[in-house]
Parts: sequence; structure tokens; C-alpha cells
Amino acid sequence: MADGSTLAMPAASAPAGSLQRFARRRSTIAFLMTLPLILVIFGLVAWPAGYAMYLATLNRRMTEFIGLGNFEILLDSETFRMVIFQSVFFAVTAVILKALIGFWLAHMLHHIPTKGQRKWRGMLLVPWVIPPALSTLGWWWMYEPSYSSLNWLLAIFAVPPVPWLGEPWWARISVIIVNVWYGAPFFMIMYLAALKSVPEQLYEAAAIDGATSWQRLRYVTLPMMRNIISITVLFSLIVTFANYDIVRVLTNGGPRDLTHVFASYAFQVGILAGNIPRGAAVSLFMFPILAVIAFFVLRGINKRNREEA
Amino acid sequence: MAQVSLRRVVKAYEGGVQAVKGIDLEIADHEFVVLVGPSGCGKSTTLRMIAGLEEITSGDIAIGGTVVNDIPPRDRDIAMVFQNYALYPHMSVFDNMAFGLTLRKFPKEEIKRRVDNAARILDITPLLDRKPKALSGGQRQRVAMGRAIVRDPKVFLFDEPLSNLDAKLRVQMRTEIKKVHQTVKTTTVYVTHDQVEAMTLADRVVVMNHGVIEQVGPPQELYHRPATRFVAGFIGSPAMNFIPARVENGSGALRLNLPNGIVLPVPEERTSRYAQAAGKEVLFGIRPEHLTEPKNLDRSNIAVFELTPEVIEPMGMETLVHLWLQGAEVCSRIDPTTPAEPGRPMPVAADLNHMHLIDPETGRVL
Repeated sequence: MADGSTLAMPAASAPAGSLQRFARRRSTIAFLMTLPLILVIFGLVAWPAGYAMYLATLNRRMTEFIGLGNFEILLDSETFRMVIFQSVFFAVTAVILKALIGFWLAHMLHHIPTKGQRKWRGMLLVPWVIPPALSTLGWWWMYEPSYSSLNWLLAIFAVPPVPWLGEPWWARISVIIVNVWYGAPFFMIMYLAALKSVPEQLYEAAAIDGATSWQRLRYVTLPMMRNIISITVLFSLIVTFANYDIVRVLTNGGPRDLTHVFASYAFQVGILAGNIPRGAAVSLFMFPILAVIAFFVLRGINKRNREEA
Repeated sequence: MAQVSLRRVVKAYEGGVQAVKGIDLEIADHEFVVLVGPSGCGKSTTLRMIAGLEEITSGDIAIGGTVVNDIPPRDRDIAMVFQNYALYPHMSVFDNMAFGLTLRKFPKEEIKRRVDNAARILDITPLLDRKPKALSGGQRQRVAMGRAIVRDPKVFLFDEPLSNLDAKLRVQMRTEIKKVHQTVKTTTVYVTHDQVEAMTLADRVVVMNHGVIEQVGPPQELYHRPATRFVAGFIGSPAMNFIPARVENGSGALRLNLPNGIVLPVPEERTSRYAQAAGKEVLFGIRPEHLTEPKNLDRSNIAVFELTPEVIEPMGMETLVHLWLQGAEVCSRIDPTTPAEPGRPMPVAADLNHMHLIDPETGRVL
């Protein structure tokens, strides 16, 4: 016991003394102080997650245990296979675009003198700050065929109107555009922080070593940002896979269920169609895959931190 | 390898602040030149202009006869060692050293040969697979030097490379740097604020202050024949004593009137040199080692007078005695066996063969 306070204890009677000693132990105090957080995590994360897993194993009336039955039915359904494809396509494309655009924005911002940087940073963050349900509504107006401002703009250049939300591939692209618009500022701000933490002297050393500006990006900036990039991509991947509001507001899964992602489909199946266990199964579907990805990404970050930071 | 020339080089920042005010400097091939001065004197800016990391406001910098003003750092064929090493944390020691060669598309075997060779010179062969994080400060410094050596550039630039090391390691690495220079003989420009580093390493020392060069010369010359009060006070530790004095002309010989009624005869051979100062107020400069306990009294031009020590600092091999002379604190270096006690007057001998007189207005040594 490395705790000095225990040494100062008077030689009290054994049971009371040891109880007091237990209460005074640093680890006990630490546990008690983290207890509220542990309870919150248990109540708001662990219990709902566990309950969802339990629900996913029940039949529609929630009277009978059917094991992985819900998952088997889902995998047999063509609509659900479409949802898997659509979710993966949506999340991967959106995250890649957000990462690229966010990096480009961060790089531009980083090279603006500090004085002007603030207002640009503030303006570029706006999409991320507006509640997505509201901003998506704005986008919906721009897409909506009868008074689409986007089509009006295209008409100026004699481009025929685009069925933004009416045709499956255009609808997918429209959803991705909104998600990228909403999510890129988050990447931007994370990357900007990472860029600022790269010591200027590394660039100077690289310049003297003979690196062009492209090579400085490739051999200094990117490796130095690797941890931030992977943690941001991982985080965004999880959030994008779980995205609900944009699809719900823009297309509501249509046309013909062709733009559903896991969350909107789970809502459709579980709440609207009233099959709660199957809805739970839908929402749990990505969990094992994301957990495995998260495990490897976090392990890589830990390893690099040990070796480099 | 090459010579480096600076001609009327000026660096001005926005708002008109001049960090470097038009300096001229010729650095010969194979030469080891140290730029030294207090912080803000423009020494690092000068080095960074040679490297191409700072733009030159006006003037020319030439490396190997080619004006490099508009040539980017990567094409100047220089290598630089930074104060905080600037090693790439995600690369192994080998890759750090090989980076410059890889970018220049050297063949693999040649890169390996050069890195191995540099690692042997610097004694870091067992560290080649490690990442910088797993190295001590001294080892990182060696890797930073290795990165410079493998390139075999025209010029080495060092920007306060030892400032982040502890005192013992600093002395060790200083020797190491000198050894490396004696081996590879590359023209070197080295920036430091530490005058001991400057004295020990340099073929020639450039003392800078307020963006101008105060004096350029070999270490011994700067020490014994400083051109300005700044150089006299900056080079040498403890610093030279400056005592206000008045030069008086008395029957063909010059006398110095010091505070406390001390009168020193100016050596005969210096009479003509100081004649113009007769009747003027000057600063009498003398180094602590030329202000000692009376010894070698048979030599000429030794003046003995009495002063009262205020503080005694035993250093082991010598003892520093701080004396107070009306208006000036004076440091004297005496033999540790000489008895000295605060408050008890003791005889002090000034070796006037090593005296300096400084014009207090211009700061020039007369």
C-alpha cells in the first residue's frame, strides 16, 4: 500500500479499523468518485445494448426465443441485402469524401494567417452546428422537383432537370451530398488541430533534406496526422453507419425502399411495422463488423503512441 | 564543399524591424565559423537565410560561388542540425538518416553504405532500427548530425545544437562535433549563444550584436584583442572588468586615475596609442586573470594596490574574488591558496600588459 494516509491510522480495534482503512484507500475513493459515470454508462449504454441483443433473439410477439432466427430471415430478404449494400455504399463514400474535403479545408485554413483564420473557421463550422434535421429540410427544398433551386441553377446552363430524390442513384447521391456537407467540418476541425500540432521544424528539416511540398505532405504531414486521421475516420464511420435523420427527412427510404440505411430501415421495421425484435436485429447487424474495425484501429493507434509520441 | 559569402545581407520584418542590418562575411572552404551573440542579435536569422528558410530582404548570399537568394533550401546542397533535433518521429534512425538520400533517388546500396559509415563515425550503429522516441537526448543529437553527414553537402549549418543537452553531455558533444569536422572537413556555420562553445569550436568566431557584426576573428584574437566593448565583455567568463577612469598626461608619461584614488602608470609602449585619450574619461578594461594576488612582480608593468573583497567564490582550481571599487564591481582571479576574506583589504596586482582602454561613447577599444 503506497498510500501515506493508512500509515497515519491509529491502532483502532480491528474490524472498525479495517473498514475505515478500506474507505480511505485511494482506489476505493477513486471507485466511488467514478461510480456516477459507471451508473450512467450502464443505464444509458450497456443496458439498452444488452436489451437490444436480447430483443433481437425473440419472435415477433416477443413470446418465444428464436436465437439467430431474425438474422436468418433478414439475410434471406432481398430488401435487407439491398439495405446492407446501400448502408455500406453510403457510409464508405460519405466518409471518404468527408475526409478528403475536410483535409483540403483544414489545409487551406492552416495557411491563412491567424488573424483571418478565425472567421473562416467559424463560417466553415456552421453546417456542423445546425441541427441536421433542420438543415436537411433546407436541402430537401433545394432537391424537391417542383421548386428545386438546384434545377433552376442547372436550367441557366441549359442542363435538363435532375430527379434528385426520385431516381434511386440520384437519391443515394443526394443523401451522400447532404451527409458530406454536414460532416466535413468535423473532419476539418480535427485535421486542423492535427496540422497545428506538427512542429514547424520538421517541415524545415524536410525542405532542407530535399522534399518538395508534395513530398512534405506525403512523408511528414500525413504520417504525423495518422492517429488523428484513423480515429476521426473510425468515429465518423460509426456515426455515419448509424445515420438516421438525413435519410428519414430526404427520402424516407424511398423510392421503393432503395435508399434505406440500417437506422431508417430498423425504424421502419421495428416501429412503423411493429416488429420490434427484427428492428433490433437490423440495428445490431453492423455491430460486430464495426467492433472488429474499431479494435484494429485503436490497437494501431496505441502501438504508434508507444513508439513515437 | 564550398565557401559561403554574405554581401550586405539585410533581413527586415514587417513593420520595418531589422533583424540583420547589412552584414558582410566570407567563409572559406573547410572553415568552421561560429556565429555568437546574445539572443535577438540576428545570428539565427543569418543562419536561416543561408539555409533558405528565411527570405533575404536585400543583399546576396552565395554558396560555392553561386548566388542562392532565389534557390529553395532543397537545391542549395546544405544540411542543417536543429536545436530540438527535428527528427521524424515516425521513422527509424536509419530512415531518418536516409531520408534526404531517398528523396534524391540515390541507389539503395549507396544509401546503406553512407548511413552505415555515418553511424560508425557517430557510434550509433546499434541504434539504427530504433525510433527517435527510444533515444536519449545525446543520441538524438548524434542522429541529427548523422542525417547531415550522410548527405555530404557543401555546407553544414548548426542552429544551437547543444542547447537542449545537460552540461556534461554538452561538453562531450562539443568534442564530438569538432572531431567530426576534422574528419569530414565540410564548411560549417554554427550558431550559439554560448561563448565557450564558440571559442572551443571555431576556426573563426563572428560576434554579432543588434543585427551587426561586432568583430570577426580567430578565438585567441577576439579574446586578447577585442575591437569593441561588447566583444570584450561578451567573450571570456567571468567577463572583463570595466572600471571608469581618466587618462592624465604627466611629464611625458600617461597615467590612469581610477576611483579610490588609485593611479596606474600606462605602459610606455602604449603611450603613443593612448595619447589622443589624454584628458578624457575612458573605461579601463582588464580581465579577472590579469587582476590577481601579487606575483611575478619582477615583470614590468605590474601595478599593485589594495582593495577590499566583498564576496569570495572558491572554484577549486582558482578562487574568484569580487571587489568593490567605487562605481564598479571588479572580479579578480586568485590562486586558491592565497588567503582572502570578505571585508579584509588585500593587495591586488594588475598586469597592465593586458589592459584595454575603451572609449565610453563609441564603445571602441582604443
